[in-house]
Amino acid sequence: MLNPKLKLNPKIFSDDVEQIPIRTGFGQGLMQAGEIDKNVVALCADLTESTQMHFFANKFPERFVQIGVAEQNLVTVASGMSAMGKIPFCSSYAMFSPGRNWEQIRTTIAYNDRKVVIVGSHSGISVGPDGGTHQALEDTALMRVMPNMDVVSPCDAIEAKKATMALAKSKKPAYLRLVREKTPVITTEETPFELGKSNIFWMPDVGLAQVGIMVTGGLMHHALLAAKELEGEGIKIKVMNMASIKPIDVNAILELAKETKAIVTVEEHQIAGGMGGAVAEVLAQNYPVPIEFIGIKDTFGQSGTPDELIEHYGIGKNSIKEMVRKVLKRKV
Amino acid sequence: MLTEEKIKELEKKANDIRISIIEMLLEAKSGHSAGPLGMADIFTLLYFHTLKHDPKNPFWEERDRLVLSNGHICPVFYATMAHAGYFPVKELQTLRKFGTRLQGHPHREYMPWLENSSGPLGSGLSQAVGMALADRIDNGANTSRLVYCLMSDGELDEGNSWEGIMLAGKYKLRNLIAIVDRNNIQIDGYTEDIMPLEPLADKWRAFNWHVIETVGHDFKSLNEAFEEAQAIYEKPTVIIAHTVPGKGVHEFERDYKWHGKAPNKEEAKLALDELRTLSGKIKSEHQ
Repeated sequence: MLNPKLKLNPKIFSDDVEQIPIRTGFGQGLMQAGEIDKNVVALCADLTESTQMHFFANKFPERFVQIGVAEQNLVTVASGMSAMGKIPFCSSYAMFSPGRNWEQIRTTIAYNDRKVVIVGSHSGISVGPDGGTHQALEDTALMRVMPNMDVVSPCDAIEAKKATMALAKSKKPAYLRLVREKTPVITTEETPFELGKSNIFWMPDVGLAQVGIMVTGGLMHHALLAAKELEGEGIKIKVMNMASIKPIDVNAILELAKETKAIVTVEEHQIAGGMGGAVAEVLAQNYPVPIEFIGIKDTFGQSGTPDELIEHYGIGKNSIKEMVRKVLKRKV
Repeated sequence: MLTEEKIKELEKKANDIRISIIEMLLEAKSGHSAGPLGMADIFTLLYFHTLKHDPKNPFWEERDRLVLSNGHICPVFYATMAHAGYFPVKELQTLRKFGTRLQGHPHREYMPWLENSSGPLGSGLSQAVGMALADRIDNGANTSRLVYCLMSDGELDEGNSWEGIMLAGKYKLRNLIAIVDRNNIQIDGYTEDIMPLEPLADKWRAFNWHVIETVGHDFKSLNEAFEEAQAIYEKPTVIIAHTVPGKGVHEFERDYKWHGKAPNKEEAKLALDELRTLSGKIKSEHQ
């Protein structure tokens, strides 16, 4: 069942569940953060509407900087604005920022300790028809290895809005990973959100779970559907939302691993270096249990519809169910 | 305007700073020699005349901001700041050593009154652009704070530099002054052999900057350049300062081999003898 404490969207499993792009949640959150704090500024590299920064840009034109197609400049100018007390959010596609400007982010933001939020939209395979050049599948890895850099990957538009507002208040540099396509709304305005905390979204009606699924980003709906169907087969599941990839919620990971002794991680990212890798680092050191990884297997993407690509690369509902059965067999 | 007396004082100060540079590089056994010596006069003028700053109150909100983009010339930065009173001159001897605040390339975490950490080339101007933009948001075009960015000619090979140059032109950032150390050398050789920059002034002009060219070792003309830059209202200004790499030490001057090298004992002695006697003009105190 859905965790009743979290007040999740009761229509999650309906066919007509509302669908909103996660990036839109960011756009609305940024506008609200801008209303609350006049030091919030926004910079964009010629993708203002695409990254949904236009809400902010239209409302606060004097606090918006159009950088042009220049991602290295995007983040270095943001670093300078932060030095003067501003709270800059800079957006582009994840493939270009942090894909193209990683060293500038490292030196002028993380090493320099300048509070800037790097917003990478259009992450993952679900970017779809644009093809492999535009599908960022390595950005979580790039950003989570960087000291002094938080990494957040919300599961839906409402969580993206809350994450954006929380990041505007946080003192640290951060990477916010967003998805282009519409995805089902999982949470509600009442669902709690805290940076660095992971919550259980799905749990057995009674008793302990046999497998824990840890999910980050836009595949949450797939994981919840998989959990529900597996329940019908008599397999008890807990699904945990890993919006905060760094700092990672060590206690929540250990608690779920101790209960289930079998973990499946799910993300729209290379298996190497992603959220699954972060979970594996925690468990290998503290409480080793079998883990299976849902993610991209050391390959690039291609054109197609999001659904076709999710199916082809084996990261959707059916693959998650398969991995759950596989990890169950490995349980000691 | 600089009085003759002030110019003499600045010359003496620049010479002291060059002596400190040689001493610290000798002690560190690694680091860059040519750039720091070549920029000693400009740093001296900035810290002892031009900049609005207060070493006793380094976080003063109204201070001008100075961004060093080519972090590798930090020996001159550190030496100037020490002589200006930001920290003890004797601490210069810790350059590049374990536990030092004087990192091989400047780092704000250890020296919080630096405006930025730097080293990787081509990003400093964009940070300065960000500072100038932020100040304009708060205080409008008439802001009294200025942002100075010191950069090398070699780092103009970097695309990021030109992205920053383009943006500053777009926003007509009159509160931004870039100073290019036009010493014509980079690690692998002379700039015009490695990657030609000329016609450099025309390039900046084409990006809507006001351009001033001057000699980087003459306090009078350097000061006039800064005064002109401050007076320009419609555009950001770049001062292309023609400097002699290794300036002050005859053996090091104009030789790109000294870009990334520290002097050994004999070379340092030679250099210090020359600097302490002001090229033979005065009798060394050690003789």
